[in-house]
Amino acid sequence: MNSLELLFQAPILSVQLLIDGILIGSIFALAAYGMALVWGVMNMINVAQGEFVMLGGYVALYAAQAGLHPFLGIPAAAAVLFILGWLLYRVVIFRVVDKDLFISLLATFGLSILIQQLANEVFGADVRTLYSGLGTIVLLGGQVTVSEIKLVGFAATLILGACLLLFLKKSRLGQAIRATAQNARAARILGIDTDRVYATTFALNAAICGAAGALVVMTWIVHPYLGLAYTVRSFMIVVVAGLGNLGAVVAAGLGLGAAENFAGFLLGAEYQAAFVFSLLVVILVYRNYRLGRHRKYLK
Amino acid sequence: MTESVRKLLPILAIGALALVAPYVLPDYRIQLALLWIMILFALTWDIMGGQMGYNSFGNILFFGLGMYVCAVVQRDAGLSYYPGLFAGLAAAAVLPVVVAAVLGSGLLGLRGHYFAIGTLGLGIAAGEIASGWDYIGAGSGMVTPLYPGEIGARQTFFYFASFVLATVTFLALRRIYSGRFGLAVNAIRDDEDKAEAMGLHTTRYKTVAWSVSAFFLGMAGGLVGNLNGFIDPRDVAFAGATYGVFMVLMAILGGKGTLWGPVIGATIFHITQEVFWTYLLGWQRVALGLLIVVIVVFFPQGILGWAKARYPERFGIRVEAAAEDADGR
Amino acid sequence: MSHIKSLATAVATAATIGLLASGSASAKVEGDKIILGAAVSITGKYSTNGKNTKDGYDLAVKRINEKGGVTVAGKAYQLDIIYYDDESTPARGAQLAERLINQDGVKFVLGPYSSGLTKAIAPVTEKYGVPMVEGNGADRGLFEQGYKYIFAVLSTSDQYLTEALNLAAEQATAAGKDPKSLKVAIAIENDNFSQDVRAGVVDDIKRHGMQLLIDDKLPPELNDMAATLTKVRAVNPDILIVSAHAKGPALAIRQMKDMQVNVPMLAMTHCDSAKIIENFGKDSEYSVCASQWDRALSYKDNVMGSAEDYAKDFEKEFGYAPPYQAAESTAAVLVFADAFARAGDFDPAKVRDALAATDMQTFYGNVKFDATGKNTAKPMVLYQVQGGEFKVVAPSKWASAKVIYPAPGWSER
Repeated sequence: MNSLELLFQAPILSVQLLIDGILIGSIFALAAYGMALVWGVMNMINVAQGEFVMLGGYVALYAAQAGLHPFLGIPAAAAVLFILGWLLYRVVIFRVVDKDLFISLLATFGLSILIQQLANEVFGADVRTLYSGLGTIVLLGGQVTVSEIKLVGFAATLILGACLLLFLKKSRLGQAIRATAQNARAARILGIDTDRVYATTFALNAAICGAAGALVVMTWIVHPYLGLAYTVRSFMIVVVAGLGNLGAVVAAGLGLGAAENFAGFLLGAEYQAAFVFSLLVVILVYRNYRLGRHRKYLK
Repeated sequence: MTESVRKLLPILAIGALALVAPYVLPDYRIQLALLWIMILFALTWDIMGGQMGYNSFGNILFFGLGMYVCAVVQRDAGLSYYPGLFAGLAAAAVLPVVVAAVLGSGLLGLRGHYFAIGTLGLGIAAGEIASGWDYIGAGSGMVTPLYPGEIGARQTFFYFASFVLATVTFLALRRIYSGRFGLAVNAIRDDEDKAEAMGLHTTRYKTVAWSVSAFFLGMAGGLVGNLNGFIDPRDVAFAGATYGVFMVLMAILGGKGTLWGPVIGATIFHITQEVFWTYLLGWQRVALGLLIVVIVVFFPQGILGWAKARYPERFGIRVEAAAEDADGR
Repeated sequence: MSHIKSLATAVATAATIGLLASGSASAKVEGDKIILGAAVSITGKYSTNGKNTKDGYDLAVKRINEKGGVTVAGKAYQLDIIYYDDESTPARGAQLAERLINQDGVKFVLGPYSSGLTKAIAPVTEKYGVPMVEGNGADRGLFEQGYKYIFAVLSTSDQYLTEALNLAAEQATAAGKDPKSLKVAIAIENDNFSQDVRAGVVDDIKRHGMQLLIDDKLPPELNDMAATLTKVRAVNPDILIVSAHAKGPALAIRQMKDMQVNVPMLAMTHCDSAKIIENFGKDSEYSVCASQWDRALSYKDNVMGSAEDYAKDFEKEFGYAPPYQAAESTAAVLVFADAFARAGDFDPAKVRDALAATDMQTFYGNVKFDATGKNTAKPMVLYQVQGGEFKVVAPSKWASAKVIYPAPGWSER
């Protein structure tokens, strides 16, 4: 049966796909917050973003094994990853922050391989999962199901987004971060310790990813090679949404999740990833065309 | 010994080494052949990234395309081995160029990191599409025809083929860099807007540069597909996360924007990788990640860049005392 | 400019030295030891099963050596294995095979983990006339190339889920329904091995005359099956088949519960790799799983004992229960040992002929190769998770429980 026909015959399926897509997209949006932050403030594209998510998942896993309630895994993962992010900045990242964006891209790429492989050695390549104890909401007579943990993820995205926004607007450090993003040199002249700002930003990014990772392991599974999918999607979301606008990041994230889900349904799961990457290329080209330089000749 | 002969000596030495290598080290023929391919990777990347300033993460697209095109021609054209291989390689050279020209019109308008990521997306998308398309074997990949000849002959043949291709690439690039093309491409790197304002048709040059990469990469793909004997869409053909990024790293390691930099970088990188693989069983990928971080963080100017800065006189660069930066940098 | 060239020459020389340093000298194959070569996935996406494979090989070598080794033409030899990491990529695997054979002088090869890697290595071992006995490459494509030097102890991929479909057909008939009315949905990973499983499943579906409603190829970086499962819920098949290495069962069970997707029979591969009972507890109940081997089967041999003996031995040695990947690896070594003894010689061609004439029972199952190298004497086993344990439900000769079909819906559990 053709998937498209199926969609028309049972429009209720679209509802399910949409809901699922949005909920899935919200976790991508979470990863994207951090990516946008680091890119905007430090002018760096963090290719190891997905690896932070993956590590957050493992932290939550081990925290639960140590007896913590699964939900406490979220702040636990955020805390551990915050520290890790700070350490990484102090050891490696600070050296590439003021260099070419391309150099930082490669450096974080190297980091991502390092982390991935270390995770494989230390945790093993096994697929693991964590039970949150939550159930499923069934709507419309069984036609539409909403997984409660996914709703928690969605809520977390919104809450964390709001918190982040408040932090950036109201707190001193937040303002320092925004100032540095606008003009690092001027900020330094005005007395802001940009090095500390960068460290905090990077650590914050890692923390947000860690929280996302905890949600991921409770919703799906975790394994050492999880990361790339999140890196790519968070990048795409940021490209579409632009750097300054957190609300746009959420919208883009939800949109991407929904688009991907529909694509997986209509085109078959094997083309889902191809769709995502092709979409990336298309978006970039289109965006460039809109912003474009147009060759004009003086006659 | 005359000056010109003395200059040629190192080249001849390398050439001699290259010619006898497969006989002196017969067990390493595949690794040696791959060494030449790596050199080609770094050289072709450098056209875009080093000379032109357009960091492409998607050059692997042309490599994979060439690989598949060659294999499909070999499978479907109904020719015997050598004519089939030849036809395949010819197709593998042409199709990627066409693709480069077509895609170039859209993608080459992107600047800086957008271009980098756009091309990365391209490379990965190609891998995903290839693994869904049944005509070329989908996820199971394809197998290239068996080499006619005795045991071991295949490796020797493809070693020399790779060596020849890499050398031709090197010489071709040397020729075009020394002409107007090289100047134009460098101008684009240094300041594209000014170049454009001066009347340089930048889009045309960018497309040509990318097409040149595509040309050689496509043929390299055809060779590697036959060297390995099989094609896997993600791990072999469109190996974006490995070869796709390695080509960038090798050029940077050696010193981008130079002719010999990529060659040196590729050699060192490839050897180091093989050494890691042999001696660090299980940890070689970790070591690789570490190596990448080290190269990028501590050696962004590459070996040649570092050498030029340290010993500028040896490279024919004159350093005036007054020209030194006040910071001492 | 000339200085760059000198630098380049220096690098080239260093390169040669480096290359020489990066390999070992040719190893002697004989002496007192028979040296086998193996490429296993120590890193990369197959590393878990790669470890299972290596542990399986190691245990076999240990026990055989303890029991006096292999007697060939009156002399006793010990076994040893040279390992390389193929990084779970076929390209490395092929290079490895060349290295093992050319540099290390290995004349007998043990197979890698996964069909993709076995497919990459097979042409090499075939070219050099080096017999390979493998226990982890089930791809039936391997046996359609006319290779003479490859021998597989495991059941091939196309047989993996045959029993599941047979069972479903039986159950349908017993309930008075026509098997042809059964609807099947497939979600199978887009890689070598899994697609061969799919080919076998599709053939079986045709054979029974069932209807194939969904045929999804899952991407290897699969993180979410929601789109496929939405389709499944819409279409309501009787059987859902999932094959995606270790991630398949994990995601399937997890998300089917989340999305409350009810299917009378969920048939999967790699359930034990995914440790579904450990990870999912009650939610894994009623899942039907294909397996090459089970410790409850009554096979035995005089090196490992019975299947249960082997399992206990393995657990003691490595601290975890042996999945079938380990068992079939051990069996591969046993087959080699048996062939060496029967050949009475180390000439690869003679060993190859001895292998072709193998007819033995191991704790893993009966081994008898057909002309293409497939093991035709060992059927696949089907489990169902019942009461928190894997119970063998098919083939009936060894079944220890009756299958529960249809599985109750999520809300009824």
